[in-house]
Amino acid sequence: MELPRWNCCGTVHALAKDDVMHHLAPVRVLLRVEEAVEAGLVDEPRVVTLCAMCYNTLKRANHLYRNDSDKRRVIESIMEKENRPYGGKAEVIHLLELLSELGWGKISERVERPLEELRVAPYYGCLLLRPRGFGVDDPEEPRIMENLLEALGAEVVDIPFKSRCCGAYHTVFMKEEAAELSYKILRQASEMGADLIALSCPLCMFNMADRQGLIGRLFRDFKGIPVLYFTQLMALAFGLEEEAHLEENNPDPRPLLRERGLWR
Amino acid sequence: MPLGSGETLRLGEKLKPFRERVKELSGEDVGLCYQCGACSSGCPLTDEMDLLPSTVMRMVQLGVEEVLDSKTIWICSSCFTCQVRCPRGIDVANVMEALRQLVLRRKYDRVSIDLLPPEELRELPQIALVSCQRKLTG
Repeated sequence: MELPRWNCCGTVHALAKDDVMHHLAPVRVLLRVEEAVEAGLVDEPRVVTLCAMCYNTLKRANHLYRNDSDKRRVIESIMEKENRPYGGKAEVIHLLELLSELGWGKISERVERPLEELRVAPYYGCLLLRPRGFGVDDPEEPRIMENLLEALGAEVVDIPFKSRCCGAYHTVFMKEEAAELSYKILRQASEMGADLIALSCPLCMFNMADRQGLIGRLFRDFKGIPVLYFTQLMALAFGLEEEAHLEENNPDPRPLLRERGLWR
Repeated sequence: MPLGSGETLRLGEKLKPFRERVKELSGEDVGLCYQCGACSSGCPLTDEMDLLPSTVMRMVQLGVEEVLDSKTIWICSSCFTCQVRCPRGIDVANVMEALRQLVLRRKYDRVSIDLLPPEELRELPQIALVSCQRKLTG
């Protein structure tokens, strides 16, 4: 279920050691998780994120709140208007971790249309894996998205740039430089024979998909490659075509999928 | 004194406060860095930088405050590749953030969203704008 009264996490974890204010937004979200348990809406204080940036920000704020008693006191005092302070009990997990916990066998059982002969390059980006200690998997040798894609029947294309930065927020004021970073990842995936790229982070999605028009203008050899959220591939494999909302993706992955018999 | 001039640079009392301030803000002991260059070799953004990340680390060690004028500190996107690879356990991204904060807290914003043309502003997602503001403005 959707968390009641959630708010924006702030997108990035404040790294400066004297910064307390920027941890309020994620801590407030974590308090809502405990409140959802109290209200009987859920059994466990677990919050699942799909976005890599939310995952990182919530998880790091949680760690800081639990381990830094001075900052915790300050945060509690600033949040005095809340009904009660956050108790530090929430657990932050990414959807990939939840799926892994359920077991890849269970995922396979649900597959109605295996993504056979579809060559998919998983792209992790930065914050699903780093910094060390806050990722969903080993930061240098991740397997979790590969495991999911294999459970869905897809052929995994392992690209060396799978955890290289896409350019992130530099897309705002240095869009050409950011586009070059994304271009290198996309080109590598194409060269290694991937049909499409699967990812999790919406900022990566913007840089690697929505910016393909700009990338094409900057790099004449660029041909374009579809980029999908891993959840869209799940919907497709589970036979939930409408839920996949592929009409929202740009470039449109449907012609390619139709060619492979995976779209009507 | 230019770096590499062959002269001995002594950590004077005047230089110490800068290094201490960076340590305080970043939580990282820059003295641990032994200049292996792992951060620089793994960094995906060195093409855009004027100083390599390891050079920035050396300048902070030596208390050279001019490092704050470097383009590098603004180019670092906090991707944490260096954090994963540093054999000395230093989170270089934390040091970069501390250096950015030292500039931003003097009320020098690096960017201004107001300067973006409206058509560009419309196409940018919130996640890009919020993270950009968080990293590059005070």
